[in-house]
Order: sequence, then structure tokens, then C-alpha cells
Amino acid sequence: MKDRSAFPKIIIGITLVFLYLPIILLLISSFNASRFSSVWGGFSLKWYQKLFSDPQIFLALFHSLIVAISATIASTILGTFAAFALHKFRSKLQKVHYGLIFSPLMLPDLLMGVSLLIFFVFINLKLGLFTIFLAHTTFCLSYVTFLVLSRLQHFDFSLLEAALDLGAKPLQVLFKVLLPIIGPGIIAAALLAFTLSIDDFVVTFFVAGPGSQTLPLYIYGMIKYGTTPVINALSALFLVVTFIIVGFTEYLKGDEG
Amino acid sequence: MNKKSEFLLTFPSFLFLTVFFLIPTLILIGCAFKEKGIYGGFGSGWSLDSIYSLFTSGNGIVLARTILLSAFATLFTLLLAIPVGYGIARSAPFWRRLLLVLIIVPSWSSFLIRVYAWKLLLHPEGLLKRFLEDFFFVPADTILLYNNFAVLLVMVYTYLPFAILPIYTASQKFNWQLFEAATDLGCTRYQAFFKVYLPGISKGISAAILLLFIPFMGAYVIPDLVGGTHAEMLGNKIAQKTLVERNFPDAAALSLLLAIATTLPLLLLSKVEKRGFELKFQGNVE
Repeated sequence: MKDRSAFPKIIIGITLVFLYLPIILLLISSFNASRFSSVWGGFSLKWYQKLFSDPQIFLALFHSLIVAISATIASTILGTFAAFALHKFRSKLQKVHYGLIFSPLMLPDLLMGVSLLIFFVFINLKLGLFTIFLAHTTFCLSYVTFLVLSRLQHFDFSLLEAALDLGAKPLQVLFKVLLPIIGPGIIAAALLAFTLSIDDFVVTFFVAGPGSQTLPLYIYGMIKYGTTPVINALSALFLVVTFIIVGFTEYLKGDEG
Repeated sequence: MNKKSEFLLTFPSFLFLTVFFLIPTLILIGCAFKEKGIYGGFGSGWSLDSIYSLFTSGNGIVLARTILLSAFATLFTLLLAIPVGYGIARSAPFWRRLLLVLIIVPSWSSFLIRVYAWKLLLHPEGLLKRFLEDFFFVPADTILLYNNFAVLLVMVYTYLPFAILPIYTASQKFNWQLFEAATDLGCTRYQAFFKVYLPGISKGISAAILLLFIPFMGAYVIPDLVGGTHAEMLGNKIAQKTLVERNFPDAAALSLLLAIATTLPLLLLSKVEKRGFELKFQGNVE
């Protein structure tokens, strides 16, 4: 089903340049000895050296990882249960349940940040990594539920009955039939939750407390108030790590055929 | 499967979202009708001051700017995303996969860093400014950063991949034989694109509008980093009231305004769209 007209190709070309030009220029700037990005002051690694001599960034990364891992586990468990409930039952309770899971997606995430902050202040919960974890689990939950739900809709539940009829024990059915088929969906949902959590700035910005700086909060501070191109080095590292991870997953997918 | 297993499966997420989504939302609504606290937060009495203040202190301009910037950013993103989604869906399998990966990769990297990349480019000491001065003789005192244009540009940039994906998915499900049939029956490719393809992927376009308009309305980072005070949006006002002034009732009132301004246009749009479908259906029956 090919279309040989030139217009879509030109637009795709322009889009790729538009998407990559700022990123590539940022990568180049990170090696620029000059403070100003429009002047080439020679090749230098000094911004990388400065970056690695800052202990704060490792603490921020550590905080981000703790929150992302725990929020991923919590939201994946809650969301998988929710998806099963929504898929199996058609009751009034599930209608309300669906509304509860769907509504957060229909509002800007900033509103979740504001309402959770006021809520935490109201119940006197100390702001910190724990409140960030609660907030992240809340917004990841909806995404996880819908991703797992879409997998369940393609799953033939009569396979479970067939396995039981043929003499499999319930646990065997769980581990040998159900999980191998919907497992990839759950893993994909967990990965999405992890990336949403580790990249979140706005919600975290509202519910973070003193001493609970995450990596996006640290990066934001550098962009807003930083005066040196250390942020360029950090950005370049981030981009390269992302490219490697995506390239690797694509390579793995390619092996599956 | 019975009542008990339904309860056990539903209970965890139901309880969690009731405590951390429903109750905070209700508190937020209630908070908009509270007195201001003397030391920040909110006081004990009830008051309509925060609701009244919505109509006074220059909020109208900020609201109008938020809606206009979000609407135009959604439009421009779609204008790019639709031909790109079409082009990818119609290319050979090898190219399809490569192009999809190339388009998704930037969206996987940090959102803040993608915004920063443009801040660096548009900066008065940045490359784009120098390029425009040298080749297009733009006056040296032109400021590319801190205006509505910069906000619009960066919004389109950061959300473009998220708009291309649903349009591409809808294009894959689209029955291309209809397109061929239309061209065989004498439509130009141009006509087939507008009269057959676009209605055929309307679900993908609706999904893209939701994925774009909602976060644009609640934008905070982009207007804060590249917009400055001249391109302030509702999100900036809310953050200012919440985090700097600690005036929770005013912040809550603005949040309600943002929630209404976000959902109302989408509801109207879905009504119009449904009606469009119904009309089309009736036309088919006749």
C-alpha cells in the first residue's frame, strides 16, 4: 500500500530535522569549552568533570530511583487487579470504579499536584519522599490499568477453563497459562509507570518537601537558576542513555521477529 | 467468579483512588470557598472572596492566553502529525519501523531536557539567533525567548511524538482499499485524503486532541522556562498562589477554573463529533 507522492516524505523529513536538531546541538554544546553556545571555544570535557564532582546529583538520582521503583511496584499491583475487575465484571460498582480510574487522565496533572498538596497539608502528612511516592502511584495507576485492560481484551479466558478441565491446578493455571500470555502486557505497563515516575516534574514539584529532591527537580533548578553549561553535560548523558535503552529494546524486539 | 472475588479485586484500587484522588479533589473544591489563612494555607470560616477574585486581578487575560495557546498548539501539532502519520503508514515495512522508532526516541528522553534544548537554541547568545542575524538580517535586538511564540513552538515540539502515535495507529487500522476505491472512481489523491482518509481516522484524531489539549491547558514548565512573565498561563498562576504565596483558597479557585476550561471545550467537541457521525450515518441510510 505505497504512496509515491512527495509531500508526506517532505513533511516527515522536516519533522525529523525539527525533532533532532535541538537535541544534536545540545549534545555538541556539552563539549564546548566556551560558556556561550554560539561560540565554539574548543573541545572540552570540563562540564562533565564539574557534573561528576557534584554529590547532590547522585543523591537526587538515588531519590528518583527509590520513588520510581516503589511507585512502579505499587501501581502495577493495584492497576493489574483493577484491570481484571473491570474486565470480568459488569456491575454498578465497576462503573464507579471505571470513573475513578478514568477521571485523573481527563485533567491536567498540575491539578493533581495542587489537590494532593492541599490534602497532605490538611491531614498533616510531612512532605517528602513518601508523599512523592503516593502521588506518583496515583497518576501511574490509571495508565497501568488501561494498558493491562487492553491486553486482557485480547485474552481468551476459555483457555483458563480448558486448563482446569484438563486437570491443571489453579496455581499451575496462573503460572503456566495466564501469566505467560498477559505477562508482557504487565511488564509493558510497569515500564511505562517507571518512565512516567522518573520523568515527572510538575506533580513532584508540588508534593516534594525539604531534602527530597528528585532528579527532575534538580534539573529544573539547574535550568532555571544555573549559570554554567554543566546542565548541557547532564542533558547529553541523559539523551545518550535514552538512545541506548531504546536501541537495545528495539534490537530485542527485532530478535522476536 | 462471584461477588467476593469482585470485591477483592476492586477494593485496593478503589480505596487508593478514593483516598488520593476523590477526597483531595473534593477538598480542593471546598477549599475554593474557604477564608484565607493568616499564616498561609486556609482559615476556618467560609468565604466567596477567592471566587470573586477570579473575576478581578487580570485573570481574564491569563485565561484567554491559556485557551488560545492550547488551541493553537493543538492545531499546529495536528497539522504536522497527520501528514507524518499518513506518510509512515504508507511507507514500506522497513521504513515504517525505523521512522516510528526515530520519532518516539526523543519523547522517551527527559521532558525538561527537551524544553531546555530549545531554551539554549532561542537564547540571546544561542545559535538560532545568530543564524537568523547572519542569513536573514534579523535585527540584533530581536528577542526569540520569553514570548507567546516560544511557548507555542516548544509545546508543539515536546508533544508532537504523542500526537503522531494515535494517528499512525488509526491509519494502520484504516481500510486503505477504500482510499484506492475512491481514487479508482475518479477522486484525486488530494480529495481521497480529505474525504475518505481523514474521516476514517477520526478516532485517532480525537485521541490526539485529548493527548494534546489537556496537558497544554495545564502547562507550567514550558511557559515558566521559555515564556517568562509575558506568556504566563493558568498553571503558572496556580503554582505562584500555591507554592509562593501559600494562598490555598485562591489556588483552589484558579484550579476549578482550569478544570472547567479544560473539560468544557472537550465535552463540546465530543458532542459536535457525535452529531457529525449521526448525520453521516443518516446520509448513508438515505
